[in-house]
Amino acid sequence: MGRTLAEKVWEQHVVRRAEGEPDLLYIDLHLIHEVTSPQAFDGLRMAGRTVRRPDLTIATEDHNVPTVLGPISDPVSRTQVETLRKNAAEFGIRLHPMGDAGQGVVHIIGPQFGLTQPGMTIVCGDSHTSTHGAFGAIAFGIGTSEVEHVLATQTLPAYRPKTMAIEVKGELPVGVTAKDLILAIIAKIGTGGGQGYIVEYRGEAVRKLSMEGRMTVCNMSIEAGARAGMIAPDETTFEYLRGRPHAPTGEAWDRAVEYWKTLRTDDDAEFDKVVEIDASALTPFVTWGTNPGQGAPLGAAVPSPEQFADPVERSAAERALEYMGLAAGTPLRDIQVDTVFVGSCTNGRIEDLRAAAEILRGRKVVTRTLIVPGSMGVKKAAEEEGLHEVFKAAGAEWREAGCSMCLGMNPDTLKPGERSASTSNRNFEGRQGKGGRTHLVSPQVAAATAVTGRLTAPADL
Amino acid sequence: MDAFTTHTGRAVPLRRSNVDTDQIIPAVWLKQVSRTGFEKGLFAAWREDPSFVLNDPAYEGASILVSGPDFGTGSSREHAVWALQQYGFRVVIASRFGDIFRNNSTKMGLLPVVLPEDVVERLQDAAEADPKTEITVDLVERQVRCGDLVASFEIDDYTRWRLLEGLDDIGLTLRHADAIEEYENGRQPWLPTTV
Repeated sequence: MGRTLAEKVWEQHVVRRAEGEPDLLYIDLHLIHEVTSPQAFDGLRMAGRTVRRPDLTIATEDHNVPTVLGPISDPVSRTQVETLRKNAAEFGIRLHPMGDAGQGVVHIIGPQFGLTQPGMTIVCGDSHTSTHGAFGAIAFGIGTSEVEHVLATQTLPAYRPKTMAIEVKGELPVGVTAKDLILAIIAKIGTGGGQGYIVEYRGEAVRKLSMEGRMTVCNMSIEAGARAGMIAPDETTFEYLRGRPHAPTGEAWDRAVEYWKTLRTDDDAEFDKVVEIDASALTPFVTWGTNPGQGAPLGAAVPSPEQFADPVERSAAERALEYMGLAAGTPLRDIQVDTVFVGSCTNGRIEDLRAAAEILRGRKVVTRTLIVPGSMGVKKAAEEEGLHEVFKAAGAEWREAGCSMCLGMNPDTLKPGERSASTSNRNFEGRQGKGGRTHLVSPQVAAATAVTGRLTAPADL
Repeated sequence: MDAFTTHTGRAVPLRRSNVDTDQIIPAVWLKQVSRTGFEKGLFAAWREDPSFVLNDPAYEGASILVSGPDFGTGSSREHAVWALQQYGFRVVIASRFGDIFRNNSTKMGLLPVVLPEDVVERLQDAAEADPKTEITVDLVERQVRCGDLVASFEIDDYTRWRLLEGLDDIGLTLRHADAIEEYENGRQPWLPTTV
């Protein structure tokens, strides 16, 4: 029987397999940031261990960093960033600090440098590591104990997850984006639907996505409970990689491409589970609740808890509506927002900024609008295209690179009761600031919402 | 990590689903560089509500958290495990867990126990009816016992063994340093390095 993409990549990385034990898996790339690494480095020091492969490790400062120029004002955040600098220097790890041209959100810079390649295993102490699966890599988030384990051994003991295919039939209609697709998938299978699985996104609509769109889809695999999401590499992948600083060159490139072309699920392979979704029926999608599965088409209304047959979902909906300050039956388009956030590892890449700029060009925002590029590289590219001038002319704030309001570890937060339309990945209670209320949206919906002050699709303008 | 064999303690019924790690420990608490002091941040936002179950003195000293489904979804932050442990929890029982949270728990010796939703609700009912109710979580027998309720749970042999012995994963892996080196020698030549 044939094998799935996930099985092929996994098998390629098994260092040791023994009956009754998890596989020992080799890790090709370890991404590090300031929040989940300090205790791991402490652990190494306490045990007298070293970093096995600093040359397969890269660090950046992203979660805590301010997105306005200047030093970090919060002393606790500053200590954490300084701790990363000390650890990177002590253990010989390449670091892109604040202000550096290579700095940015960890999941933006890996692909940007060409470090993320098909067939690799990639981990990071961050659940959105699933982003890198867009290249046909197995990429997943780990906790600090596992960060320490990878630093010390460049391996992880792990059981191979089951495999799930999400078959996206048909084509996405004009104006419907990768973000709408993944929000619709999460709403369909639920926040626990992917637990225990590596998801492979397949089908015509997926093949037609750009690399950046694919990254948006894979990024939010974790919001469906899946540890990892993958898309088989193809010409789109190779074209994206070609010429990037760490991509192979010359003969090595040819050999790599030849191998990468084998990284696809065999026709006779079987998945443990298959889910189908019709792309052609989708419209812009937004969330109304406090978990990413609580979403609906923008044209719909806030659901009533009674609509949910499952008692757990019903009580979750009741609680969510109370937290969100929403009444059942309210058209989603009538929801007023205070803040619009465009950025994050989900939607902080150049195509996202172009999409937002296209809508904001010649218009004015009526809400506080933060445009936060995912990396300094993205920022530079946007400025070369003049996008920053479009944002500024519209009245939006053009910021430095970082995770920013996605998780509110830096000063970019919502105040209690404030409501955002956000291109990030989590609408959890308090995620963007204590008491803050988050609606997850695409960059296009975010920009249109900034213009009207209520949840809006570009087509409504 | 501390070994886990059998634990008997009182339980806190947490009747909520999708208890994500942002709720367990909000991001503002993740700025610490130490491994201690996270108990103060456990469910920090929810604890501001006087009616939140952890604020009920009847549950003081409880060591088993019995939650609704999809506990520990979201962020990979191991701080969520540290916060639960440092607050005094040894076990979390739920019908479904976020994968990364469950992994992190077993690395630290916090036991995540998966039981069917109806059993979880019976345990919550028992803890609500009488907060002094004791639950025994027996990793040796893979059983949860509470009064006349006896429920078996599944956990793979390897993780169970590691928890029973309190073994450090890194030490176990380093026994296979030769295999790692051998693998490294055969890696594809075009794979990138960060230097």
